Amino acid sequence: MPEYHQYPSLAEFVSTFLPESWGWLAYVLAALVHVALLLVLALTVAAASNWFERKVSARMQDRLGPTRVGGRFGWLQSVADGIKLLTKEDLIPREADGLLFRLAPYLSFCASFSIYLALPFAGGAGGWVAQRLNIAVFFVLAVAGLEVFGVILAGYGSGSKWSLFGAMREAAQVVSYEVPLALAALIPVMVAGSMDLVRIGNLQKDGFWDWLIFHDPFTFLTFFVYLTCAVASVNRAPFDLPEAESELVAGFMTEYSGFRWSLFFMAEYASMFAVSVLAAILFFGGWNGPLPLAEWLGLTQSHGGLAAYAGNFLGMCNLLAKSYLGVIVMMWLRWTLPRLRIDQVMTVCLKYCIPVAAAMLLGAMVWCYALPGGLVRAVRPHPEAAARWGAPPVDQPPHPPAALAAGKGGR
Amino acid sequence: MQICWHSFFFLLVALVACWFALAVVVSSNIVRMALYLVGCLGAVAGLFFLAGADFLGGLQLMIYVGGTLVLLAFGVMLTSRSQFVSMKTGAAQWVLAVIVGGSLLAVLLQGAFSVARWAPPDALAGDRPPQSAPTAGALGLGLVGVRPDKLDQEQERLREGMAGYLLPFEVISVHLVVVLVGAAYLARARRRIAAATRPDGEPPGSST
Repeated sequence: MPEYHQYPSLAEFVSTFLPESWGWLAYVLAALVHVALLLVLALTVAAASNWFERKVSARMQDRLGPTRVGGRFGWLQSVADGIKLLTKEDLIPREADGLLFRLAPYLSFCASFSIYLALPFAGGAGGWVAQRLNIAVFFVLAVAGLEVFGVILAGYGSGSKWSLFGAMREAAQVVSYEVPLALAALIPVMVAGSMDLVRIGNLQKDGFWDWLIFHDPFTFLTFFVYLTCAVASVNRAPFDLPEAESELVAGFMTEYSGFRWSLFFMAEYASMFAVSVLAAILFFGGWNGPLPLAEWLGLTQSHGGLAAYAGNFLGMCNLLAKSYLGVIVMMWLRWTLPRLRIDQVMTVCLKYCIPVAAAMLLGAMVWCYALPGGLVRAVRPHPEAAARWGAPPVDQPPHPPAALAAGKGGR
Repeated sequence: MQICWHSFFFLLVALVACWFALAVVVSSNIVRMALYLVGCLGAVAGLFFLAGADFLGGLQLMIYVGGTLVLLAFGVMLTSRSQFVSMKTGAAQWVLAVIVGGSLLAVLLQGAFSVARWAPPDALAGDRPPQSAPTAGALGLGLVGVRPDKLDQEQERLREGMAGYLLPFEVISVHLVVVLVGAAYLARARRRIAAATRPDGEPPGSST
């Protein structure tokens, strides 16, 4: 049996409080709880990042940024902005294709929000994840690729030349960054031997020397390819060509205002955070701290449910902190680097990132063959960890291949 | 009250897929068609997820919804002369489409109804779809040349062909690369000739 089926799902937990005949409600309630938690996270991240971006950019340009709204640091600036955006007039240009124009912001936000469904936030007790998938990395990459539809449809449906240019740039950018992004994410997957994000995170639990970025020189370099492509995938400077406010007014968002505009905005921040969470899990140990503090404190499953909960909570704080660090790095890049031209974007992604990522894949392959435990394990062998890295996946499918073959034969 | 969520979501997602598929056919604006196609293919991916074939669902999202349709939208935007292209479907095309589509539907319906009994999801398993059915593992092993399912074949004859799909996979890949290189070559050559034979005497290569 897979390890995570030992733990009851949220629906099973809820159903213990419901009368027998109301069992069907448990699934609805469990789904609502997951969605509400993730929605709160995504929206809080968007609001907080908005304020933070102003402060970071101000600091980089030797300004103060917001200082008045809500006390000394302008904490409530995002809230004030939100209220302003909600009260704005809802405009649809006469030349626009109304359906596409209305639909595009929702499509964009839904796509970046759906990423959160497969992202785990802690690894103990089956993981804190809305839907644990066997192929979580693949799912996240696939869903993150859908966000471009919002951008393309917004650009096309607006009926404005600026928007159309923005959409075309976005399409050109997508075809260039998607391949190196997937290749870069493939390398930690290969080293860990699993696409299950919970398992990848739990593999790196011994300390910062166990993180996949320090596994070997190839994964270290791969992280920078991932960073480049991830920044391109969330359309942040220096890859903000679809928006390009100094050339295209606001690119695909030119005709949008008010609530529809803020949906694009939230989608951007939500997906920024999501790719940072993915980077934190794939390269930086996920919910495991630089030192295995939770294990030293005894906050594991073997010390009871409450201890495991506390350990998971600590891990979640860890992961959120690491991911936010990633968001800050993206802000830092945005306010430091000038925008690339579209041909430079394609050159960077297609001529440099893909060959580098492919070479790293080969290198990491050879390294895994020679030193399966990574650099640190070669210096300091650790029998338990060696078994963990070298062993086949813990989450064996419940049916052995024989059952599969029999099932296939039956069809 | 007992609701089989598996069946409920199957029907819901299947209806969504059918509705979007119809919308693709009926719509005359090409970008809206692309949008409806996104909805339809996304719903099919949802069906795959519902069936526990997570890997297939992810593939559907990544390749069809994410990849092919971006290229489609890109092509439409690059080639369209006016802002909102609209495609009129003639009566003859409708007749042809109904004949072809109808015969496909007939074949599929015949196949669907020839199954004596579709196994209904049992009471509890219906709520928890076969989450960890080993779809990805066996498929991946098959692609790199190992066929674990063939080991259990009782007949000697059927146990042959352990090579898996590696060779066909490679042949197809090389074939596709050749096609791509050829297409790129043709596109380049035509443009260079066009630029070189332009009457206004502009140097070749100045057109992009």
